[in-house]
Amino acid sequence: MSSENSKVLTKPIFDNNPIALQVLGICSALAVTSSMANALVMTLAVVFVTAFSNLFISIIRNHIPSSVRIIVQMAIIASLVIVVDQVLKAFSYALSQELSVFVGLIITNCIVMGRAEAFAMKEKPGVSFLDGIGNGLGYGFILMTVAFFRELFGFGTVFGVEILPLIQNGGWYQANGLLVLPFSSFFIIGLIIWAIRQWKPEQVEKD
Amino acid sequence: MSANKETFGKTVGFVFIVCLVCALLVSFAAVQLKPLQVENKLLDQQTKILEAAGIISKTDGSKASIQGTFEKYVEAKMIDLDSGDYIEGNPALFDERRNSRDLKKSDKPENDIAGINRRSHDAVVYLVRDDAGKVETVVFPMVGSGLWDLMYAYVGVEADLNTIRNVIYTAEMKETPGLGAEVLNPSWIALWPGKKIFDESNQVKVELVKGGVKAGNPMEAYQVDGLSGATLTANGVTRTFQFWFGDEGYLPYINKNRGGLN
Repeated sequence: MSSENSKVLTKPIFDNNPIALQVLGICSALAVTSSMANALVMTLAVVFVTAFSNLFISIIRNHIPSSVRIIVQMAIIASLVIVVDQVLKAFSYALSQELSVFVGLIITNCIVMGRAEAFAMKEKPGVSFLDGIGNGLGYGFILMTVAFFRELFGFGTVFGVEILPLIQNGGWYQANGLLVLPFSSFFIIGLIIWAIRQWKPEQVEKD
Repeated sequence: MSANKETFGKTVGFVFIVCLVCALLVSFAAVQLKPLQVENKLLDQQTKILEAAGIISKTDGSKASIQGTFEKYVEAKMIDLDSGDYIEGNPALFDERRNSRDLKKSDKPENDIAGINRRSHDAVVYLVRDDAGKVETVVFPMVGSGLWDLMYAYVGVEADLNTIRNVIYTAEMKETPGLGAEVLNPSWIALWPGKKIFDESNQVKVELVKGGVKAGNPMEAYQVDGLSGATLTANGVTRTFQFWFGDEGYLPYINKNRGGLN
């Protein structure tokens, strides 16, 4: 893989993170991060959808009439999301019951359409596909980090494995009820953005 | 190419082709995956019923073992809720959700404490037998409103039709994780076995208690700890029990079969 391509793949993880820098896709980051398993499945779903929507849109980018380009992008994204939802139902019934609503909402995830419009409409299919994977991973990185803190301190578990024994199960840890609620992700995402910008000061907006 | 790709005809044609391809992709996925989805759903239901009957330990957790155990020990039977009699019908084709939307197959309950809006005329009960073929447990499917939406449960009751074996809610719910969704927590589920449903005068007395059950109080046998931080979900659970073990639920069936099931 050329260094150009690997840059496209890795840049969205820290340097140009869709959530932390572009502040896209926050809504679903709040909803699905109460457990790490959910966040992982959601990450995989978003990686799949961004990668393939970027690929398909890039393949036909020279033929898309600009007056209807958003609709065409939506049609492709929506189809991919339905496919993901169907696959989830077929292979993991229990997870699909929990996640079905949010998987459907990938359609409205700004990252997917943002990348289609900003990248895939201009670039070649191969590199667009990598950009989709990269942005999906950038989204997933934040999701997994948020889910880690929420699950660990909200439920005392990581991927369902008990780390901090809860008082109601006979342990010593009093679960943090705030972290169980979706809006607590705002605090964690805020802290992550702060940490990334401490590390990479060039991301700080100039007044 | 870019000079003439914007004509009206080309735009419509392009959109048509894209939609056609997308529609083909989606329908192909849906049709191809349908059998797997149906199988998964059935397997999930069978697992819940075996859990409710307390015999999930007889399986090794594999698909074949769950299906085999279910077929060997569990018999599904259709009943008419108002009379409590067994009726003809294929339990495999029964769909409570479809029936309760069908005006001919459901009615508004007179006292809709469970918040279900319409109740199907018929229901399926699952008779679970032991190795000797004697009915050990009856599993009653139930539905009732929690805080956000309907919650579905399988309640296993011992052959005396009064002692609870297990209460298993399905994951298909919208209760708050960590609060109301704790009805799925194994340590809460473990509080149920042995609790009684009815008192001597046949009134439904089983309930969730806020702040925990006081040991030694006369109602202890009917009480289960509530869910801390989820009073409304807990109230929903209590009302679901009151409804489904009452006159408009399984009570007519239970009255007819108290003498002994077979």
